[in-house]
Parts: sequence; structure tokens; C-alpha cells
Amino acid sequence: MTEIPLEHVLFLSCILFSIGFVGVISRKNTLFMLMSLEVMLNAVGVAFIGAGSAWRQADGQVMFILILTLAAAEVAVGLALFIRMQRRYRSLDIDELNEMRG
Amino acid sequence: MSTTLLAALPFYPLVSFLLLIILGKRLSWQQASWLSVGAMALSALSSGVLVYQLSQSDVHVLTVQLWSWFSLKGSTGIADVNFAFYLDALSSVMICVVTGIGFLIHLFAAIYMKNDENFSRFMAYMNLFIVAMLILVLADNLVLLYLGWEGVGLCSFLLIGFWYQEKDNVLAARKAFIVTRIGDTAMAIGLFMLFKSLGQLNIVDVTQAAQVSWQVGNNDAYWIALLLLGGAVGKSAQLPLQTWLPDAMAGPTPVSALIHAATMVTAGVYLIARMHGVFLLAPEVMQYVAWIGASTLLLAGAAALVQTDIKRVLAYSTMSQIGYMMLALGAGAWSAGVFHLMTHAFFKALLFLTAGSVILALHHQQNLFKMGGLLKKLPVESTLFIIGLICLMALPGTSGFFSKEAIIAELWSSPTAGAGLWWCAIVGALLTSIYSCRLFFLAFLGKQRFDTQLHIEKSKLLRMSLLILAALSLLGGLISLDLQAVFTDMSAPVNKVNEPYWLHTVAIITPFIGITFSWFYFARYRITSNAEIKASQSMLSQFLRSGLGFDALYQWLLIKPYCFIARLNRRDIVDQMIMLNAWYVRLWHDTLSTSQNGSLRWYAAAFGLAIVCLVGVVTL
Amino acid sequence: MMLTIIIFGLLLCGGFAWFMEGIKQNSARWIALGSFITFMVFFAFSIMNSPQSFNELQLFVRIPWISTFNIEYALALDHLSITLIILTFFLAIICVLVSWQEIQDKCGFFYFNLLASIAGIIGVFCAVDLFLFFFFWEVMLLPMTAIIAIWGHENRHFAAIKFFIFTQVSSLLMLVAIIATAYFYAQQTGALSFYYQDWLQLDIPLHLANYLMLGFFIAFAVKLPSVPVHSWLPDAHTQAPTAGSVLLAGVLLKTGAYGLIRFVIFLFPQASQDFAPIAGTLAVVSILYGAKMAFAQTDFKRLVAYSSISHMGFVMLALFAFNPIAYQGAIVTMVAHGLSSAALFSLAGMVYNRIHSRDLNDMGGFWQSAPRMGGFALAFAGAAFGLPGLANFVGEFMSLVGAYPHYPMLVILAAFGLIGSAIYGMVLFQTSFQGAPTKEIADLSMRELMISGSLLLLLLIIGLYPNLLLQYSMGAPSL
Repeated sequence: MTEIPLEHVLFLSCILFSIGFVGVISRKNTLFMLMSLEVMLNAVGVAFIGAGSAWRQADGQVMFILILTLAAAEVAVGLALFIRMQRRYRSLDIDELNEMRG
Repeated sequence: MSTTLLAALPFYPLVSFLLLIILGKRLSWQQASWLSVGAMALSALSSGVLVYQLSQSDVHVLTVQLWSWFSLKGSTGIADVNFAFYLDALSSVMICVVTGIGFLIHLFAAIYMKNDENFSRFMAYMNLFIVAMLILVLADNLVLLYLGWEGVGLCSFLLIGFWYQEKDNVLAARKAFIVTRIGDTAMAIGLFMLFKSLGQLNIVDVTQAAQVSWQVGNNDAYWIALLLLGGAVGKSAQLPLQTWLPDAMAGPTPVSALIHAATMVTAGVYLIARMHGVFLLAPEVMQYVAWIGASTLLLAGAAALVQTDIKRVLAYSTMSQIGYMMLALGAGAWSAGVFHLMTHAFFKALLFLTAGSVILALHHQQNLFKMGGLLKKLPVESTLFIIGLICLMALPGTSGFFSKEAIIAELWSSPTAGAGLWWCAIVGALLTSIYSCRLFFLAFLGKQRFDTQLHIEKSKLLRMSLLILAALSLLGGLISLDLQAVFTDMSAPVNKVNEPYWLHTVAIITPFIGITFSWFYFARYRITSNAEIKASQSMLSQFLRSGLGFDALYQWLLIKPYCFIARLNRRDIVDQMIMLNAWYVRLWHDTLSTSQNGSLRWYAAAFGLAIVCLVGVVTL
Repeated sequence: MMLTIIIFGLLLCGGFAWFMEGIKQNSARWIALGSFITFMVFFAFSIMNSPQSFNELQLFVRIPWISTFNIEYALALDHLSITLIILTFFLAIICVLVSWQEIQDKCGFFYFNLLASIAGIIGVFCAVDLFLFFFFWEVMLLPMTAIIAIWGHENRHFAAIKFFIFTQVSSLLMLVAIIATAYFYAQQTGALSFYYQDWLQLDIPLHLANYLMLGFFIAFAVKLPSVPVHSWLPDAHTQAPTAGSVLLAGVLLKTGAYGLIRFVIFLFPQASQDFAPIAGTLAVVSILYGAKMAFAQTDFKRLVAYSSISHMGFVMLALFAFNPIAYQGAIVTMVAHGLSSAALFSLAGMVYNRIHSRDLNDMGGFWQSAPRMGGFALAFAGAAFGLPGLANFVGEFMSLVGAYPHYPMLVILAAFGLIGSAIYGMVLFQTSFQGAPTKEIADLSMRELMISGSLLLLLLIIGLYPNLLLQYSMGAPSL
């Protein structure tokens, strides 16, 4: 089994991260933004795993598990917020929620 | 006894004023007039008693201190400024004029203003005026004099604007107050200088200290006398602060008689006479006084020639007569000036009050060109008016003759006057007789030019007050004023050798020349058969009628620029400059707060961009 | 002890009034009125029965407060502060009376603020520990800002913020100067002290004293106010409720003058003498500029506000003349201006309550329907333009007579302010009360008659018998 070079993993992670980031800033629907956020988190996870295997250490995988739990918690909180948002504003459009503008 | 009498003198009218103001319209006409006229009668009576007692006593001076006002502890000594009265021969003359004529005018006014709804307010102001005027003439120090000085100014303001619902009256009142205030400010600065250099403000002390510490022609004396002259010029409506007096005729006629003819406007003359000790030390200022008097008397005489309003003719005539008094003071003829002040008060009050009766009879018509032929309709008033006019023209035998001749006689050889001013006085006398004749012809001769029924007031009291004034005008010249005690420190008797022999003759015949001239020149007013005659509308007449354009001049020179600057800077430029800080902060606030648009996606994009930039900067 | 009782008593009464208003409507104003009168009587009695002579500062209480920095709670009185405290009490009563009908909203809180502010002002007038002084200085400002911001007119928030920023920035400078002086004291003697009498012993080198003096001067000049830092005043006066304007003009401005006397002139005599020509020039500019600006205004209260700037210019000119006559004149002017401007602002409030406008163009001919009010308006305008017989004349005359030997040119220029004051006084009185009648308004009510009458009476008494104030030395600087 040939090893996948670290560069490839990091490249993949970068692409994933960029896709996620572009998703966050280009989607108006908060649900999609949350999903893009998950993509970004996973991109980071990929980078950790790749790095862990490159240096043959378990730390990367530990970090990934941490990120996974964090993402799960985030989704739980996020979705709960979206339900409140939907109830209150009848919309999930992020641009309509700009009450904090200066 | 006499000190109590003196101390109480201003308090009769003061009490009457307070009662009238507090009770106001609750008083009936009878009650209000009894109160105010009664108070005046009391003060007239007590000033008569006072003057008699003073003439009997040896000291010729009576002082009384009411209470201590404040004291100034300066480096040059302590000057106590007290509420204290000082009665000598000069102030005796003044209190007699103020209370005596004041009483007669109050009597007249009580009937003249009978139907005014604010009668008691009117009488209250008149009483207050008398209070202030008495304080002015009795004050023993210059600060108390200033109190009276401002007080009469305030009363003049109130009475000119008595019919305050008319815009014109309001403006005339404002003008009178502010213009005299300019003079008052000069006088106040004079007081500051006086206190600085002499450490005194008491009149007697000042006069003494001045003679001790200053030589003739002293610089301080010059400036102080000049500034006091400024005050006198404002109050007495002399050049260049004369513009308020003609407009002040907006007030009711008794006011014009009392304030703007007999008493208040002569306060300037009184001030200079009172402070003659200082003026004698500044011969240059004496010359200015004389020249101001002379130019005012010519200017006002010329303006009086073309007026169409009977009261304005009399107003300019007042200015011109005060010009004579100033001329006398400037020439060092103190007694003559004060004498003319007194006789002028008699006959000018008479003229104004008679004019008031005429105006009342014609239902408030003041235009001379709408009168005519009144001699037959109002014989008593006409006779009284003639008496007033012959006194004004100084025909021999009348009171005006004695006083005016006394002035003219001293001019030629006075060191501070001279031949030029003598000729001015003669020309002034000529002008006086011409405008007097014109006034008389227009109002009383010729054809009747009004079509209203005459409203004839048959009140005995009214007639009586006029008759007493007429008697005073005719015989007042026989009153001999003994002012030697006051003006003892006069300059040495002047050498009268150089006087030409024709001086007195010319002075005596001048009015007759004027009358003869007018008899022919104004013949059309006298014998015209036209029902309509018009005032001349030539450029010159209009220029003279406007008081030689001083109003317009001041309008352009002072009022317009002041208003312009005020309007320009209404928003307060200093405030704007300070608010620039606020504007600057707000600018940044606006700029930065547009970036805080509340859109999450923008924030995320900016966040990402910033990271890219940061990483780029770090790696490169 | 007496002063402590008064200051904390007023604060407690304020809280009590606030509390009682919630229980029974309209009780707060009675409590406020009652407490002012009680404390005033209490104060006057204590002073009269006191065996001390108040020609010098008499210490009443001095206990450690924040001992780490040697900050003390020290209160003292002399004739100057007694005069100003009596004036404060009197105007406080006027304030309650003018707010009687005007304040309908959040009454309890209003009277709490009023009482708290008065407590702070009295504290300012008697504190002799500089830190305590600063503390009271802030105590009086906060409730005042609240009064403007909550019960003011249409533009109240702007005015309140402007007032607050001006005074805060300037008092920051004062705080810096206080701390610097305290440190200098520590350098000299080895221990910190904020105690006034200690500071009087200090010999501060001139170059340092100049800066310290400037710090104090700016704080007090803002309060006075003097051009060019005057511009909070027209806005604050115009927007404040009547009681706020009365309090501002009548007493708060006097704290500035008081500070100039007590701290600037006494603590830094040499530095202030060097600075005097500049201060005198600023004063004259204030006099003339204020008079000119007053003439340009069409807002009744704004006009009076600018006239205040003009009048306080006389105080500053007199104080920096270092002359005993001028000094007495300054004190009479302070009291007189307190009364006359309070009177004019009360009058503005009375007019506002009737026609709901402060614009002079909406006024005219009120004399017809309200002759009594017109009479009082005339008298108060007369006081403002320095009519002899009323208190302002004595003050201005003595100020100028005293200052003349030192600054002849400045005094001559200042005298032009007399003409300016006549002009705006005439404009004020004539446009509102003379001319053709525009509106029918009710004449003065009994309560209003009492306010105006008592103010006029005091103006007359001081105007005709100023020895009432002048008999006391007031601690004139011996210069």
C-alpha cells in the first residue's frame, strides 16, 4: 500500500475548507450555512488526520474526535436556534437578521 | 425739621406711585387723580417751604443722609456712596421747577388722560418720574445722581411707549432709551475715571478735590469733563445724540411737556452746571459745550422751520432752546444758563400743554396743515399759545427775554465763546422767531382746514393750570435767582471793554426782524383762501424735516452693521467651532458604522479576507 | 455636624420624596419644599447662633475618609460660602415652586434629582478637601444632567449630552491638577494631602503653578461660562425645564465663580496675577459677545442664557482685577445675577406654560392681558440691563469702578456691554409685552406672584441696601 503524500491530504483539506467557506459567505439560508460550516470543520478534521498519520501519532485522531463532538454540539445548538428563528421571523434568510447593524 | 422735609420730598410721589401700581384699575378716576396730584401738591408745597427756609438760613446748604448705600475703599481713600440729599441754590431752582411745573402738568394730565383705560398706570409713571427727577437733582453724589438719571430714562421710556400697542411708539421708546443709554455709558466711564483720579464721588468733595489737585487744562479733567458731557448730550438731546427727541413725541402730550420739555431733557444742563468745578478746569471742553450748543440750536431751529407736526415743531424748538443753555454753560454764564432752564420750563410747558388742548379739541389731529383758523374758535387757547410764543421768541418784557438776553450778553467777551458763537445765537434767535410765526400762522390764522366738530374741554382746573403757567411765563423773568453761592468759584470777571455798542440793540431787535420777515414770507399761510395748502416737498425741506439726515446716517453707520453682524452670527461661530469636534467624531462614527451592517455573511467574508491577508503578510 | 446633616439630610429627603410619590401623588413636591425650608431655617439658625466669626474659613468637620491617600471629609464655611449657600436654598425653593405644575411626569424622581443636586452644590460650597470638592462637583452634575435629559424640551438629549461632555472634560482637567498638586505636596512634605489649608501653605514654583492654575481655571471658566467655552450654556438653558434653568443660571454658574475665588486666586496668587490680563480680556470678550449674541436670539430662554454669559463676564473681570472694590462687586454681581436670571427664567417658564412657545415672534402685547406679569418682566429686564436701584447695578458698578485703575481699556470696552444689555433688554421686554396684542394670556397666579414678588423684593433690597452683603469681608484676597 502506497502512502498518500501529506501534500495531497492538505490540498484536499484546503479545497474542502474553501468550498465550505465560499458556502458560508454565499448562501443566504442559514441551514445551508450550517452545512457549509460542517464542511469546513471536516476539512480541518481531514488535515488533522493526515498530519497524524504523517507523523505517526494518535494526537491527530484525538483532535478529530474532539472536532466531531464539537460539531455535533454546534449542530444541536444551531438547529435549536434556527427553529426559534423560524418561529420568530418566519424566515431563515440570514440577511434579514441584521438588527445589529450600526 | 427742614431736613425731614427734605428727606421726605421724593417719598410723596413714591408712595403715590406704589399705591397706584398696586391698586391699579381698582381705583376710580377721582381716587387716582387725587392721589397722584395730591402727592405732587404736597411735594410742591414742601419744596416751596424748603426753599424759603433755605433762603432764611445763613448756610445756604442743606444736607440729609437717608442711609448708606455702599462705600468704595480705594487706594486713594474711602468714598462713601450714600442715599443723601444736598440742597443748595442750584438744586432749589431745580426742585421748584420739577415739583411746581410737575404739579401743574399732573393737574392738566389728570383731565387730559381722563378717558384712558390705563389712567392710573399713566399717573403712576408720572409720579415715578418725579421721584427719579427729584433724586437726580438732590443727589449729593454722582452715583445717586446716576440712579436718578437712569430712573428718569426708564420713566421716559415707559411714557413714550405708554400707548404700547402701536409699533411706532414702541420703537420710539426703544430709540429714546438706547440713544440716551449711549450717553449714560460715557458718563459711567467718566465716573470710573473720576474715582480713579480723585478717589471721590461726592459732588462737593469732587469739586474741592479737583480744584486742589488739578491745574487748568489737566488731562484727567479734560477726559472726565468730556465724558460727563457725553452723558449730558445724550439726556439733553444735543448733537450728536439728538435723534431720539423728535420721535419721543409719540408719548401723550403731558409727557412731552413734563419730560421732554420742562424737566428731564434739561438734566444734562443741570449736570454740567452741577459739575462746573470740573468743567472750569477743562476750558477746551467748555468750548466743545458751547459749540455743541450752538450747532444744535441752529440745526434744530432749521429743522423746526419745516415740520408739519405741531409737537415736532415744539420738540425741535426744545432742542434748540437747550442748545442756548449749553451755549451759556460753555461760555461760563452758569447763572444765565440755569435761568434760561427755568424760564424755558415755564413757557415750553405752557406751549406743550396748550398744544395738547388744541390737539384734544381737534380729536388728536397733530398735523399743522390740517388746522388753521383756530384763533376764533379757541380764543383762550390761542391767547395762551401766543403768550408762550412771545416768551419763546424772547420779546422784551417776557421771561424768555430776560434769560436769553442774559445768555447772549455774556457770549461776546467770554474766553470760551466769542463773536462767532454770538452770531450763532443771534441767527438762532432769528430762526426761533421765524418758526414760531410759521407755527402760529399755520395753526391759528388762515382758513379752517378741518371739518370735525371741535371738542372743547371746559374744565376749570385745566384752564387754571394753563393760566398759572402763562403767568409764570410772562412774569418769570422777574424772579431773581441768587446762584452766587453755587458759582462762587467762577473765573475772574471778564473784560467787557471790547464789546461793540450795537450788541444789545441787535440782540433785542432780532426777533422783530424775524416776525416781520415771516409776516410777509408766510403770508400765504395767513391769508390764503385755499382750503388746502401743502407743505413744501423740495429736497431741502425734506432733508431739514428729517432732522438733517442724522437718523439715516446712524441707520447706516451703526444700526445696520450691528444687526447685520448679529444676524450673520446668530448660530454662534464659537459654538460651531466647538461642534466641529462633534462633527468629526460623528463622521468617523458614520463611516465605521456602515461597515457594521449586521449581515453575518459580510462579517464572515471580511474575516476570511483578513486571515488571508494576515497569513500573506506573515509568510512574505 | 450641621453641614453633614444638611447634605445627607437633603439626599435622604430626596429618596423619601421619590418613595412617597409612589404611595401618594403630589406628595414629593411638598416634601421637597418642606425639606428646603426646614434646612434653610436650620442652617440660618445654626450660623446665627454660632460663636465663631466667619471672616476666616471655620472648620466644621474633619475626619479621615480614604486614609490610604490621606483623603479627608472636611467641611468649612466662611462668609462667602454662607452667602452662596443661602442663595442656593432660596433658589431651590423657587425651583420647587416653578415646577409645581410644570412637572407632571415622574415627579418623585424629579424631586429626588433636584434635592440631590442641591445637596451636591452645598457640598461644593463648603468642601475644603480637594478630593471631596471634586466628589461633590460630580454629585451636583449628574442629577442636573438627568433633569435636563428627562424633563427638558424637544432637543433635550442633545443639550444634556453637550452639558455633560463639556463639564466632564473640564473637570477631568481639574482632577489632573488636583492630583498633581497633591503629589507635589507629597514631594515637598513626604505625605499626600488634599486638604485646602495645607495647600495654602505650599510654595509652588511659578512654572508649575502656571499649569496647575490653568487646569483649575479651565474647569471653572467652562462652568462660569466664559467665551470660548460657553456654548453648552445656551443649549442647556434652552432645553432644560424651568427649574433646571433657574438652578443652572442661579447657582451652578456661581460654583464656577466660587471656584475661581477659592482655588484659582487663593492657591495660585502669583500665577493668576500673571494670567490676569488674559482672563480679563476673555471676560470682556464674554461681556460683549454675550450681549451681542443675546440681541440676535429669537428664543426667550436663549436670549436670557446669552445675557448670563455677558453678566458672568463682569464677575470674571472683577475677580482678576485683584482689587477689593472689584472683589466686592463680583460677589454682589454673583448674587444679583443669581436672582435676576432666575427671575427671567421663571418668567420664561410662566410664559411657556401659557403659550407653549419660547419664540419671541410668537409673543407680543402681553401687557394687555397680563399687566402684572408685564410689570415684573420690565423690572427683571431692568435688573438685567443694570438699572440702578436693583442689585445688578451695584455689582456691575463696583466691579467696573474697582477694575478701572488696573485695566482702563478693558473696563471702557466692558462698559459698552451696558449699551448692549440695554439693547437686548429692550428687545426682550418690548417684543414680548409691548406691541399689538397677539394672544390673551392669564395674568400671574398667586403662586407665580409669590415667586416673582420675592425675587423682585430681594433684588430691590440688595440694590438699595447692598451693605447687607458688603458688611462682611468675604475674605477678599489681600493683594
